[in-house]
Amino acid sequence: MSNGQSERREMTGAEMVVQALKDNGVKHVFGYPGGAVLPIYDEIFQQDEVEHILVRHEQGAGHAAEGYARSTGKAGVMLVTSGPGATNAVTPLQDALMDSIPLVCLTGQVPTSLIGSDAFQECDTVGITRPCTKHNWLVKDVNELAATIHEAFHVATTGRPGPVVVDIPKDVQFAKGFYVPPQMAPRTSYQPKVQGDLERIKAAVELMATARKPIIYSGGGVINSGPEASHLLRELVDLTGFPITSTLMGLGAYPASGKNWLGMLGMHGTYEANMAMHDCDVMICIGARFDDRITGRLTAFSPNSKKIHIDIDPSSINKNVHTEVPIIGDVGRVLEDMVRLWRATAKTDKKALYPWWEQIAKWRARDSLAYKMNNDVIMPQYAIQRLYELTKGMDTYITTEVGQHQMWAAQHYHFEKPNRWMTSGGLGTMGYGLPAALGVQIAHPDALVIDIAGDASVQMTMQEMSAAVQHDAPIKIFILNNQYMGMVRQWQQLLHGNRLSHSYTEAMPDFVKLAEAYGGHGIRCEKPDELDDAIKEMISVRKPVLFDCRVATLANCFPMIPSGKAHNEMLLPDEATDEAVANAIDAKGRELV
Amino acid sequence: MNAQLQPTGSAYFIAKETEKPENHTLSVLVDNEPGVLARVIGLFSGRGYNIESLTVSETEHEKHLSRITIVTRGTPHVLEQIKHQLERIVPVHRVVDLTVRSHEFGQERPLERELALVKVAGTGEARVEALRLADAFRASVIDANTEHFIFEITGKGSKIDQFIAIMKPLGLVEICRTGVAALNRGPQGM
Repeated sequence: MSNGQSERREMTGAEMVVQALKDNGVKHVFGYPGGAVLPIYDEIFQQDEVEHILVRHEQGAGHAAEGYARSTGKAGVMLVTSGPGATNAVTPLQDALMDSIPLVCLTGQVPTSLIGSDAFQECDTVGITRPCTKHNWLVKDVNELAATIHEAFHVATTGRPGPVVVDIPKDVQFAKGFYVPPQMAPRTSYQPKVQGDLERIKAAVELMATARKPIIYSGGGVINSGPEASHLLRELVDLTGFPITSTLMGLGAYPASGKNWLGMLGMHGTYEANMAMHDCDVMICIGARFDDRITGRLTAFSPNSKKIHIDIDPSSINKNVHTEVPIIGDVGRVLEDMVRLWRATAKTDKKALYPWWEQIAKWRARDSLAYKMNNDVIMPQYAIQRLYELTKGMDTYITTEVGQHQMWAAQHYHFEKPNRWMTSGGLGTMGYGLPAALGVQIAHPDALVIDIAGDASVQMTMQEMSAAVQHDAPIKIFILNNQYMGMVRQWQQLLHGNRLSHSYTEAMPDFVKLAEAYGGHGIRCEKPDELDDAIKEMISVRKPVLFDCRVATLANCFPMIPSGKAHNEMLLPDEATDEAVANAIDAKGRELV
Repeated sequence: MNAQLQPTGSAYFIAKETEKPENHTLSVLVDNEPGVLARVIGLFSGRGYNIESLTVSETEHEKHLSRITIVTRGTPHVLEQIKHQLERIVPVHRVVDLTVRSHEFGQERPLERELALVKVAGTGEARVEALRLADAFRASVIDANTEHFIFEITGKGSKIDQFIAIMKPLGLVEICRTGVAALNRGPQGM
């Protein structure tokens, strides 16, 4: 890691920042300049190893860095100024915290002598970002700057990954001091446990060998652990013959074309995945955290199963759901041991699993993702199916915003590989997808990067179209335009007597003209039979594209576990009549979200 | 359905709590660096945990280590979460639930002591009574003139509570308490 020439060299704080980025293998930084980071920008100007991607808003820089990180497995880096620059970074920091994304955020700060004086563009950055980072630092001594940045990268990328902030006052950027290269001397208090306890893994394998109705429930932790973890997960599924489902964050770790795949689980998961979760006798949770969108009503969650939980974060164990066999460690390391032990000791009795697979086949036959095709209007599910069919053979990365379109994308776009699916799962940040697509495209310049968007979400960070044009990032923004905040409207129908309070956008911009105004390319499609050609046009244009896909305005997202209900009380599309929707959630459920 | 159901007080799928809350004393060993106390306190407020008492001071100067003693109240499940969440904080070295540890040793609770300074003003009979009771509680007088005393008292929280209650009618003016300092009995460290 260490670069010989940089050892113990005297340099300014600003030089150290750039040197530290280089020494930590950073190629791209997403940022926005301002008064308190000008010395660092001056250094960036005078070199070309680290490329700076200028965004249009600091939130965009954060989500772009998140997309970059999620698609590469490396840390994403953002650089913003003090005050408003730092406060605008708060949303992506919390987003990265909830989805465990390694994000290094460097912020400028007013000079140390002015801290606390309500100086121009001053804010308490470490105070504001303390609860939305894994850790943060205010560097007051230039001689500690390099070591702090190295430590920041270490903390962000190891253990359960997450966002970190290094706040650097302007006088520290100007001051001269000695640079130290990265070295393996992490602080003693931070020692994430990566190797799982072998006795526990043995107990897990024994329990799995006795299972007659097993299910593997995997999550984003598998993706975070790296490609080898996904590989081992596939091996484990093949060896055991167990069915597998995944959270929103874990899509792609096991291929959607795999024969043991049940589809996503949870609130908008498939019937077969949720029913199998409810009825299983052994559940193997791998790198997921029993989120409330996954479990439904906790008191009715998988009542008859023994649970194995693999997680790198001890606080995830027994947080929401009690686990019989907890295993703390990195998913990849634990799976390595688990696969090895299974090979050595357990023999799969695939026959014993037949009745379970037969039951699953019956659930599968309910075809819970079905929808009514329409020849005049584009159904949103159809739009995603066509998008999938026309792009699946390509080097494709998908990002999303948040809402109905996100769930339809998760249901109908099928992922074969990890790191191909970037979405805001935990925080549910509308406006994530467009800048995330920019970040992915910067990391993978020749790939096809598509943001499956909603008309409401995409307007939250639309300004980054301008950044995409500037940096020749030909991202495709595929907008399922129903003129509603669809998921808000769906909940208003379910919970609030169909009173659609402020969920309809009355003054929609002309997305085609908007694309052209930014210097991109605009496409509009309103008819199902024109969709394929329009998608092909979108793929072939080497420019950022806004694709205004006009879809059925009142379509809702099913299947669905309504609030306060259990996995086996799903609302299926063919049962979702207006009346059923209106009565799906009882008075008690209405208080929930 | 009954539309008059009691609000759950919380959104999402919250199950009714059936476990009973308990008071536990936690010892947290941290790097003595700026912001570390804010991280610990912020964790408690942010996640809705209770702090009944908090004591903090540097205990190993050369190693820059501070020891935070927190008395908190929660169900066993929540107490386990608190411990794990504290352990996630980067400058936190160790977290020990002294109450759980004392149970493992077959003891009811760890050694817990608190110090209080108690100011009592008055003249005549009340003043004599205050001094007499202070003597009975082994509180020492650390400041006095003809109209007041300041007592220093050390002991379990309950003893200090009792002392304060007794002083109330005798001219209690103000109190300063340190919060609980605690260690487990026996030769082992945390």
